Amino acid sequence: MDQLLINLLNGVSSGLLLFMLSSGLTLIFSMMGVLNFAHASFYMVGAYFAYTLTNIVGFWPALVLSPILVALLGAGFERTALRRAHKFGHVPELLITFGLSYVILEVVQLIWGRAAVPFATPAALDGPAFTLVQQGGGLSVRLGAAPAELCSTAGALCSRFPMTRAFMMFIALLMLVALWLMLTRTRVGLVIQASLTHPEMVESLGHNVPRVFMLVFGSGCALAALAGVVGGITFVTEPNMSAVGPIVFAVIVIGGMGSLAGAFIGSILVGLLQTMPLTVDKSLIDAARNIGWAVGPDSAFYPFLKITLAQAAPILPYLLLVLMLIFRPKGLMGTREG
Amino acid sequence: MSARAEPFVGLRFTPHNVGRWVVWGGFAILLLIAPLLFRSGLAHTMLSQMGIAVIACLAYNILLGQGGMLSFGHAVYSGLGSYLTIHTLNLVSAGQLALPVSLLPLVGGLAGLFFAALFGYVTTRKAGTPFAMITLGLGELVWSMSLMLPEFFGGEGGISGNRVTGSRFAGITFGPQIQLYYLIAVYCFVSTAAMFALTRTPLGRMLNAVRDNPERVEFIGYDTQHVRFVSFTISGFFMGIAGGLGALNFEIVTAEVVGAGRSGGYLLFTFLGGATTFFGPIIGGVLLVLAVVLLSELTKAWLLYLGLIFMFMVMYAPGGLASLILMNLRVAAYGRLRELGWRYAALAASALVLLSGAGAVIEMVYFLQVDVTGGDTMRFAGVPLAPRGAASWVGAAVVLAAGIALFEAARRRFVRHWNGVQEDIERELRRRAGL
Amino acid sequence: MTIAVELRDVHKNFGRTEIIRGASLAVKAGERVAIIGPNGAGKSTLFNLISGRFAPTRGEILLGGRPITGLAPYQINRLGLARSFQVSNLFTRLSVFENLRCAVLWAMGYRYSFWRFLADAHDANERTEQLLHMIKLERRRDVLATNLTYAEQRALEIGITIAGGAEVVLLDEPTAGMSRSETSRFVQLIREVTVGRTLLTVEHDMGVVFGLADRIAVLVYGEVIAFDTPEAVRANPKVQEAYLGSVLAEQQAAGSGV
Repeated sequence: MDQLLINLLNGVSSGLLLFMLSSGLTLIFSMMGVLNFAHASFYMVGAYFAYTLTNIVGFWPALVLSPILVALLGAGFERTALRRAHKFGHVPELLITFGLSYVILEVVQLIWGRAAVPFATPAALDGPAFTLVQQGGGLSVRLGAAPAELCSTAGALCSRFPMTRAFMMFIALLMLVALWLMLTRTRVGLVIQASLTHPEMVESLGHNVPRVFMLVFGSGCALAALAGVVGGITFVTEPNMSAVGPIVFAVIVIGGMGSLAGAFIGSILVGLLQTMPLTVDKSLIDAARNIGWAVGPDSAFYPFLKITLAQAAPILPYLLLVLMLIFRPKGLMGTREG
Repeated sequence: MSARAEPFVGLRFTPHNVGRWVVWGGFAILLLIAPLLFRSGLAHTMLSQMGIAVIACLAYNILLGQGGMLSFGHAVYSGLGSYLTIHTLNLVSAGQLALPVSLLPLVGGLAGLFFAALFGYVTTRKAGTPFAMITLGLGELVWSMSLMLPEFFGGEGGISGNRVTGSRFAGITFGPQIQLYYLIAVYCFVSTAAMFALTRTPLGRMLNAVRDNPERVEFIGYDTQHVRFVSFTISGFFMGIAGGLGALNFEIVTAEVVGAGRSGGYLLFTFLGGATTFFGPIIGGVLLVLAVVLLSELTKAWLLYLGLIFMFMVMYAPGGLASLILMNLRVAAYGRLRELGWRYAALAASALVLLSGAGAVIEMVYFLQVDVTGGDTMRFAGVPLAPRGAASWVGAAVVLAAGIALFEAARRRFVRHWNGVQEDIERELRRRAGL
Repeated sequence: MTIAVELRDVHKNFGRTEIIRGASLAVKAGERVAIIGPNGAGKSTLFNLISGRFAPTRGEILLGGRPITGLAPYQINRLGLARSFQVSNLFTRLSVFENLRCAVLWAMGYRYSFWRFLADAHDANERTEQLLHMIKLERRRDVLATNLTYAEQRALEIGITIAGGAEVVLLDEPTAGMSRSETSRFVQLIREVTVGRTLLTVEHDMGVVFGLADRIAVLVYGEVIAFDTPEAVRANPKVQEAYLGSVLAEQQAAGSGV
């Protein structure tokens, strides 16, 4: 039971991290019509910047500085490169961000190397946020780490929920609230909301569109970088971090392109799909056995049937993507087509 | 009745298209004599790979250049073609199937066709950016599955095979690389011709129409999605052939053939070669092999250079190298190419300075990054550099800065001159049209 | 006389806004009908509904007696209805000739074939040449559609529309943005190419309307308030009110002594 709860929380926290990424991506896509293929690369850069900055000014200033620096980087890219590709259409814009993802990956490997860097968790975020102790049929929660003697007692099961993950959820929820407030309460937010559905109209209303584009792109990258800082201390900071990219794209297609609410629901859904099955070591063979069907190595489709749910976890989001395409092509809450 | 009196119907002078025979004949001859011109083992390996890459890039361009569909996961079809071919090869080796090795790439083609039909049914429901994202997702799906099904995908070690097997026709075993090269050359020629022919058919033309205006296509009686679906399937077929030839060439197939890296490579090089013309992807395929085999040996930063070149192409020459060639041919046809010669030279020289500076910096960083022996010197293009001291860095920075300034100056002058030439040509075209 | 196009109490909502509020119309085969009305009345929406770009929220649309409500645009086109667009909707990177040929292919039965060459499709090529001649763009045969002048693009737009030989032709503001001389030439072109066919056209230019139409349908706020001969429509008080406002309409009626 405690394991289930921890898994659930892990899934939700992964989902919230995905939301941090997909929200920035959706904002950029909605306002500018361009899908930032390099979004996960900015995520990675955020982590690496924070790693280096932490060694200079400490973690907490780095948490703020890294997204700002990445925002400047993103704005600079928008101004020099993306703007030029803009006049050729949406496909060249996508292509140039595709090229950028290669370049960022190589430059990161150039500067920081191909191995993972030791981005240490700051002291305040070390250790578990809380521990679930299952003992004698009852479940109790202890803030922080439960005492070692308690966990080593026979019959006691301790499950820890890392502080870094809790911090990640906190930042993500903060981001969610801030985004919501900004979109619904401020003038900038109104403009962005309008452009979610009618970007041309916003343009003809006299807003300095090139500057707004630069701002939006930079902000989207800043959100990705913030996710990167948090992700960097929770997970490993390595060049492979940008592999989260395809999953984020799957999330926004599932949620419906151009919809923030859809991005949120899609993120949580995919986060759960990726994490919850990891503990299930059963495959379809076991399920078949439960209904009295014996499946052996000679049966048809045996290689498929013996895949456990835990092994299949990485492809579940993509399977959901395919199913969504067949049954509901515009996504969960999709309003605008690409 | 009266229609026959119109001057444009009825007898028309259609000259025999000599140009067509020259081009295709030249292509065939080139394929035939290439291994005789470049005789080394490395050259033969590269030529074989080029033949395969040309088929793959042309197949990819059916979607990208002709259909306006950007696919991020197209290696799935060539990869699955490779896997099915090598499994079939092993069946032939085991004596369970009597199929000549030369026909095995067709097995790959059919596999590519099958999977393209299967996945294409789902992916072609959307267009534009969502389509691209879905192909990305499917590519990741298949790649992840490759780790889950070791029976088919062979796990970490992949699946190996031996192409020297089965029936031997006229003593051809396909053991020596040169024999396999000629098999690849035949497939390459036939596939290229077939894909070119496709552009001259109703489906090919409607695919172009779908690229230009998918909505209007619906209003002239065509189901846009069906046009895309059939084209997707045809593209998958040729991707499968390329995959099958690859399986025979390397005699081993590992999971990376369906990976994102390979898909990205197809996209990158097809675009670099030029997606807007038919022959652009042929250039792209050749460049792909040159980059992967030669450039990667020359410098560790080759992916970085590639990414930067790609970005510059998107910004300044979205039609790729093919369009640059065509533009210059047009300028030459109007007799204006010679005067641009000096500008090109200035551009090239300043680019060289720029690249030297940038390359020196990048290579020095790599040296510091990778070299753990504590050595002090390295050579860059014959120049000894000492990355651990400041002098080399300052020097490289100066060269780089100078290169940027010079290149920018040369570029602006070139662009001004070029635009002037283009205006003159446009004026001349208008004048001729008005005649 | 057969009814070529019929609308029965068609409604269309976009979100909560009702654009078409019960439009009914019956166009006879071979008739030329102009649809007029103030801006925002829903004329283009009506065309979009008939041609299948949108599906009506309620009501029925029939083509030659056959219900086409909710069918996809390509299905409706195959049943014999073609439409043009107010903003030229061409195949930008294809030449004029190729644009027209594409529009001809389905009607000539070429479907999705990739085993025959276009160069050998003599019937399609001849028909394309005829069309080229009809819309007077022979000299611009190999020019890319995106490089044509505005009037040439409008001509090509009409060419693509009639290429497939559809019995029912919908033209959405064909003369929009044209000068006086271009307009009169265009009207002549439209008259020539729609001989024997049923024509529905949305128009603002009253000269064109009165010169071209057998009957006029007046669309106001999503409803057809009048559908009659030009003279009858001109004198119709409801139409006058819609265009001129009630005060002026009464003055008009009083002044013209109708």
